[in-house]
Amino acid sequence: MTGPECQSASQPRTIGKVLIANRGAIARRIVRACNELGITSVVVYTSVDAKAPYISEASEAYALNGLRPADSYLDQDQLLGIARTSNADSVHPGYGFLSESADFAQRVRDAGLTFIGPDPVWLERMGDKVNARRMMAERGMPIFAGSDLISDAAAAREAAKAIGFPLVVKPSGGGGGMGMQVVEQMDALESALTQAQAVAAAAFGNGAVYLERWIPRPRHIEFQILADEHGNAMHLYERECSVQRRHQKLIEESPAPGIDASALREQAERGAEICAQLGYNNVGTLETLYSDGSSGFLEMNTRIQVEHGVTEEVTGVDLVQQQILLAAGGALPEPVELSGHAIEVRLYAEDSQTLMPSTGVLRTFQPPRLFGVRVETGYQQGQEVSPFYDALLAKIIAKGSTREQAIGRAIVALQAFTIQGVQTNAGLLLRVLRDSAFLRGDIDTGMVARILRTGRRIPAL
Amino acid sequence: MARHDVESEVTGNVWKVLKSVGDSVAEGDVIMILESMKMEIPVESPGTGTLSQVLVEPEEQVEEDQVVAVIES
Repeated sequence: MTGPECQSASQPRTIGKVLIANRGAIARRIVRACNELGITSVVVYTSVDAKAPYISEASEAYALNGLRPADSYLDQDQLLGIARTSNADSVHPGYGFLSESADFAQRVRDAGLTFIGPDPVWLERMGDKVNARRMMAERGMPIFAGSDLISDAAAAREAAKAIGFPLVVKPSGGGGGMGMQVVEQMDALESALTQAQAVAAAAFGNGAVYLERWIPRPRHIEFQILADEHGNAMHLYERECSVQRRHQKLIEESPAPGIDASALREQAERGAEICAQLGYNNVGTLETLYSDGSSGFLEMNTRIQVEHGVTEEVTGVDLVQQQILLAAGGALPEPVELSGHAIEVRLYAEDSQTLMPSTGVLRTFQPPRLFGVRVETGYQQGQEVSPFYDALLAKIIAKGSTREQAIGRAIVALQAFTIQGVQTNAGLLLRVLRDSAFLRGDIDTGMVARILRTGRRIPAL
Repeated sequence: MARHDVESEVTGNVWKVLKSVGDSVAEGDVIMILESMKMEIPVESPGTGTLSQVLVEPEEQVEEDQVVAVIES
């Protein structure tokens, strides 16, 4: 079978066989999209992932040498070698791992393959957070006060005077909240700077940092963008992603409750216009912070997001299929109205109270099958949850005609999900879903920490 | 002399060992950092004393409840 084809300005491209350079839920999600489009899918796996369900769902599967990410899912030579051996004509990087590596995207291209994602130049430009802020701000996207890259303590003091306190020292090349240091006053600035630079250098191989105004109890709002290679871009509304632990998302929903919808639409439209002006292509997400009616651009993620399913549920647009179609030079889908409400909860293999990761063999793993509930997982019963990769067991995406209905379905789905062999955070997720402030839509990025600090011990499920 | 075993709370890999044998440590001091499921897990000293043994090296895999260091006080 042949896949989507098109004649773009540069060269005709057919996507007929996709190497999926990832694992877990997203690998399985991409296999499904390929199967639906009649495209051949190739997955890779390490020995601890050898029992993953998508290995038999994919057209072909290749074992990787090594276990640690650096020796396996991040090993560019090994992945490109498998792309060649398997005769794949394109590579889908998923999220995490190599998805935002401009170097990998370029190597994929140099090998004559299609990278299913934006042009490598966008991975580079948006990967530099200071540059991304400037590019967006110059074209009318609001940002909170911040600095350029900080070279030394004197420059930091100068910038801090202009920004004001509290502020946050952030790695420019990083993400996921790693290395961030909140500074309340000037005399704490220098040590925070040194510490942030050290963590950034160790974690991202790049010690560059910048300063940004610290918004104490913000909401995290992001906008889904789609762009083709012919200068057109559109948005698929917002996702509210404020329920986080350790700066990582736990619950996401769309639309965002309690914020004026027209203001959100306006921002989403501005974001899409800017992406069109810039010539950005494929899918991307504009992350912003929102606080008391004002908002500021944070960064752009140049890949599919973990929480893409929330947008799919309220718009009916299959984002993973769209990535493939757009990468083949295809056009944008028709504009769609947002319908109903969707909420995603991330089930992690970690203790609900201490948040400590939990590893082991899934003796029982029975995802619920319920009306209005979709489960995305890369695991099945008997499989090992290893310490080598992240702790995401499954995403439960519940859809309803109202927010209340979606939340109710998410609660029932969590209760119906049977897992034995590892600890899960189901208890914490249920606690948040039943929290009165959460139910009112009164959410901010600090709420999980407050629940953990103030509450009774969360029972393990 | 009291001997305190320092145990790992998780299964994972040793990322960095921050203290050396002979160092004096206080309760709560971070002796080493483990890495598990893309998270950094600090291993803290359970008491005050002198670090007498470090039983693991960076990159080494450790199991839950494994003794990774010993403190004497």
